[in-house]
Amino acid sequence: MTTGGWIVLIISVGTVLTLFGWCMIKVMTTPDEADHLKGVTDHTPDE
Amino acid sequence: MIAYFISFLIIGLPICWAEWTMGRHGGQRGFNSSPGIFNAIWKHPAAKYLGIIGVIIPVVIYMYYVYIEAWCLGYAVNFLAGNLEFDSPVQSARWWDTFIGVNENGSALKSFGLEQVGIYLLLAFVLNFILIYRGVSKGIELFCKIAVPTLVLLAIVILVRVLTLGAPQANQPDESVANGLGFMWNPTKHILYVGAEADAGQFEIREIVDRTRIAEIEKAAGKAVPFRLVTQPVSKGEMEGLSEEQIAELVPPRTLEAQLIPDGDWVHIMTYRGSAAAIDPKDDDESIAEELTSILAATGGAPQVKLEKIGIAEQLMSPELWLAAAGQIFFSLSVGFGVIIVYSSYMRKRDDVVLSGLSATSANEFCEVCLGGMITVPAAVAFIGVAGLAGVGLGSFDLGFKVLPLVFSEMNIGDQAGMGNLFGFLWFFLLFLAAVTSSISMLQPGIAFIEETLRLDRKRSSALLGLITALGCGFIVYFSGGIKALDTLDFWVGTFLLFVLATIQIILFGWVFGIKRGFEEAHTGAAIRIPGIYRVIMKYITPVFLIVIFVLWVLTSVFGVSLTGGDAKLSGYIVDLFVEPNHVAWISIGLVALLFIFFALIVSGVQRYKTFHKEDA
Repeated sequence: MTTGGWIVLIISVGTVLTLFGWCMIKVMTTPDEADHLKGVTDHTPDE
Repeated sequence: MIAYFISFLIIGLPICWAEWTMGRHGGQRGFNSSPGIFNAIWKHPAAKYLGIIGVIIPVVIYMYYVYIEAWCLGYAVNFLAGNLEFDSPVQSARWWDTFIGVNENGSALKSFGLEQVGIYLLLAFVLNFILIYRGVSKGIELFCKIAVPTLVLLAIVILVRVLTLGAPQANQPDESVANGLGFMWNPTKHILYVGAEADAGQFEIREIVDRTRIAEIEKAAGKAVPFRLVTQPVSKGEMEGLSEEQIAELVPPRTLEAQLIPDGDWVHIMTYRGSAAAIDPKDDDESIAEELTSILAATGGAPQVKLEKIGIAEQLMSPELWLAAAGQIFFSLSVGFGVIIVYSSYMRKRDDVVLSGLSATSANEFCEVCLGGMITVPAAVAFIGVAGLAGVGLGSFDLGFKVLPLVFSEMNIGDQAGMGNLFGFLWFFLLFLAAVTSSISMLQPGIAFIEETLRLDRKRSSALLGLITALGCGFIVYFSGGIKALDTLDFWVGTFLLFVLATIQIILFGWVFGIKRGFEEAHTGAAIRIPGIYRVIMKYITPVFLIVIFVLWVLTSVFGVSLTGGDAKLSGYIVDLFVEPNHVAWISIGLVALLFIFFALIVSGVQRYKTFHKEDA
């Protein structure tokens, strides 16, 4: 693996991890956000 | 990866947000199927018929996806039973052929033993319908809540194991995890060519990923370097289960080795794995090996090497790269399938579609880039090398069902005995769980369509869809010879129609629903805002990009036009239909057409679709 390969790997994986982590933190910390996500207590019209 | 991330930003995210927003909008107006939602957004009689594509895609993909799901379950069970210990790619490929019935139509259903796909298909099919019958919340969502964390955990365990493999074979230092990562991530591609003194670019050998090896070849380029072809014996594993005639047809593998540094070690360049044509034809490799042999003889074993560098800019100019990146985005994010639009229709008016969409896509990216992508190719390269990988193939089925079982078999060697079977079981069980979460999600659009249009309850809708998909799946599994039915449907529905639906969806959002109205709708109840630049992207860039990619795809993959100046050659899929008509390919297309007509007849009779806009006004 070349040095360029390591750089691309670190930037790519780092970006994806950062985006995923940010989304999770945002969902967890935004007030009432959990209520805006679908949960197992909700039902579709046919249930 | 650069093309992939650009595609993610200008195709994946825009279509994802468009689907989530239009789905919730349709759901608020009482529609939960693509035809209903399209009809609610576009006041035109054609809208509901275009929406049928959003039902056809998941229903047809399910028909063959459940078959692949059964392969995963079968591989998991057979690893656990210790039946999958291969010592050559040929042996691994042959087991796959027999397991799924590649050699002959109907052979997959001849018996229901542990080493045939039939029993696993039955189990997977029943499991899917039990889950879908229980409903979105009690079935699909409950299963995913358990299965997704489990598969992420399994993936992390396997990832740790793979990344700590190093170079597992002491005599093959080039076959390492680091070089596997290099194969995936090196921004500049280094392609090794070997040839006679007059033309070193005569034969493309393979990509070189190792930094040290690249430096050695750069030094050796343009000089006559000693090469040798070493013939190896056919392994016992490759002969297993073959008749004497078939064994006689086997061509022993030959290894091309070069001495890049004067008096240095002989470096493995490429292995040519010859075999009987009926089992695994490798004509190109064979002819290269033959011609190299004659060059070695004529030049006294001293042809030259050449190293071609392909930089990032040059790679990004390749239309094929963009086609592959866009196709990968569709599959990894499930956009353009007609699935997300249905699930988002169950959301409440103020449920968050922007953050939900972004979270779902980022979670998909995490699983694909950080887990799947870091396991499969590095593990394969660590055990069979870049050359071995190229010899077997880089297609999804080649990599997943021929190369990886071989990798896990290799893990059984020495004091690791049994570990390969354990990791093989974990990996394929992980794939099975992931596949079930996908396949059950593909059934809901069909159920929602039947419920909405025929006014049937969930029980009857599930039964009707079960019958339709069982017939389709039975057809695909019966015509397993050369996986012709699966391959044809995957091309025309799993690729062609995906492009069509994704393009329709983004045009509907940007030009019919309207960007201003679409953004207002999307931001209702949203915790974050879509960046303003996406107004331009979703209205202009994404549709244009998709149309350009689609036209290029049709030109290259359907009509076989070479974008690099070569001769045009019709795609096999067109040949199967019009040049040398193949009855399986035609029945596959007929199946899709029949479904479309059936669904169109149903849609044409739905009074609610016709009266909706009058009521809405």
